[in-house]
Amino acid sequence: MSMQLEQSPTTGDEIITNYTINFGPQHPAAHGVLRMVMELDGEVIERIDPHVGLLHRGTEKLIENKTYLQALPYFDRLDYCSPLGMEHSYVLAIEKLLNLEVPLRAQYLRVLFAELTRICNHMLNMGSHVMDVGAMTPNLWLFEIREDCLNFFERASGARMHSAWFRPGGVHQDVPLKLLTDIADWLDTRLPTLFEDAMSLVVDNRIFKQRNVDIALVSREDALAWGFSGPMIRAAGIPWDIRKSQPYDVYDRMDFEIPVGTNSDCYDRFMVRVEEVRQSARIMKQCLAEMPEGPIMTADRKVGPPKRGEMKSSMESLIHHFKLYTEGFHVPAGEVYVATESPKGEFGVYLVSDGSNKPYRCKIRPTAFSHLQAMDFMSKGHMLPDATAILGAIDVVFGECDR
Amino acid sequence: MPVLHSAPKFASNEGVIDALSAALGSMLVSAREEHGEVVLTVARDQVENALRLLRDNHEYQQLMEMAGVDYPSRAERFEVVYMLLSVTKNHRLMVKVNAAENTPVPTVTTIWPNAGWLEREVFDMYGVIFAGNPDLRRILTDYGFEGHPFRKDFPLTGYQELRYSEEDKRVVYEPVKLAQDFRSFDFMSPWEGAEYVLPGDEKAEGDKA
Repeated sequence: MSMQLEQSPTTGDEIITNYTINFGPQHPAAHGVLRMVMELDGEVIERIDPHVGLLHRGTEKLIENKTYLQALPYFDRLDYCSPLGMEHSYVLAIEKLLNLEVPLRAQYLRVLFAELTRICNHMLNMGSHVMDVGAMTPNLWLFEIREDCLNFFERASGARMHSAWFRPGGVHQDVPLKLLTDIADWLDTRLPTLFEDAMSLVVDNRIFKQRNVDIALVSREDALAWGFSGPMIRAAGIPWDIRKSQPYDVYDRMDFEIPVGTNSDCYDRFMVRVEEVRQSARIMKQCLAEMPEGPIMTADRKVGPPKRGEMKSSMESLIHHFKLYTEGFHVPAGEVYVATESPKGEFGVYLVSDGSNKPYRCKIRPTAFSHLQAMDFMSKGHMLPDATAILGAIDVVFGECDR
Repeated sequence: MPVLHSAPKFASNEGVIDALSAALGSMLVSAREEHGEVVLTVARDQVENALRLLRDNHEYQQLMEMAGVDYPSRAERFEVVYMLLSVTKNHRLMVKVNAAENTPVPTVTTIWPNAGWLEREVFDMYGVIFAGNPDLRRILTDYGFEGHPFRKDFPLTGYQELRYSEEDKRVVYEPVKLAQDFRSFDFMSPWEGAEYVLPGDEKAEGDKA
């Protein structure tokens, strides 16, 4: 953190001038590359001007130059802490334009892994939030759970983080039965033990409470006006969860509760996430219990690729395969905005198709953009070290914010 | 058409267009429902009034997103799309305005404070000007960047690249030099009306003459 005096105070002058300091672009609590120009009065924050875009890669422009399927892996690289949550919005947007039915097993698998992604994301966020305000141990303990999650992703898709596993029309590959039983065992044994253990260090901890309770209070009106979503809006006491109110895939069959905050401070945001982990585990158990057997990819061969075995004997399958992986599928002209409840909040995809095999425009609605914009008014009047707690409770990831 | 997809299901669109058309009156240019989405196009100079009306009288409390789209063939080449969400009615709405490079769009920061960054992003990427936005700086591109990168006529590779120069001990900007051209494949099949002459086609034309 570099520090400079805006005006050099004359000797003996009792008027204290405001400091302008540069928080970042490289700061461990900035969760990526964020530069915040802070104006401080002593140690009290007067104004914050976040400079984002240091990780801007032009993803939306790149997507316009790729076929629908080729564009999918870009979504993993947006919010690299919860890759499948990003893919979910994109594949649903394509399916909405195509009006394509997805087999039930694929819908269950998507929900199962979307919730695993939520747990995985919250482990990173809660761990780093706790570490930002001074505790080391819970972060290490939570990473143990995250490691388990990443192993499950690897067993399902072959990749630990950038899975590219949700595909338009279903999922890429079916999962082995052993993986599902292992996830079920993990949900019953390791997850509750490790998670509750780590939380027992944090939730009633006096230091943690002193750093988070009553920090960055946001009223319900402000939460709505600033476009909050996800845990941020729920902590403000508004029971809004897209999984519940606008269900997609098989969320309407799931029985789960939406935790809401009462005080709308950083502590509530943290506690909403804690409860969300437990609810996610509940959803996953229901998925595992109810998941039917059956296909995992649509039988519409104009969208879903044929099986390897079919290609060896069927000319038509071979042509379909070739066309799908060179030209790709064509999507009817039109525009949709599809938003799902990603671990961080509403992650939306505005997809404009001109009827060709490439998106005409793909606008990505990052969750962090609106939240980070509210950083200025949330931090006003708080102390400099509170800025890290507020950032931690927002749960920003710059791959997604800057796109 | 029956709904087969499993994308998020919000409240029904039935009667929404009629109700909002009546409320917006002359501010509305066109309204349609497609793929389960209600899209309203409003007059550019009335967008602030129209959105305020939607927020105050029709419970669309949240502005979730703003998107710019570039259609170079149109007279007013840009579209600005506002995605509204009603958490009480559980409904989503898209509101559009058309704009050109030199026609400012009234800001909506007076209605939703989070429109500030969203407008900055559309300005940065497309060069649409928002009249009344108090802080219309670039947001995502580099300090000192020139041009508007998401316009369709802006090349994917851009114009400038940067590297760390060991001699100068700083990052230097240079014109883009690519070892290989960007490959863009044409998948249009010649049976479906390709608009160029395929090698050999000229012989057929020659025979007729």
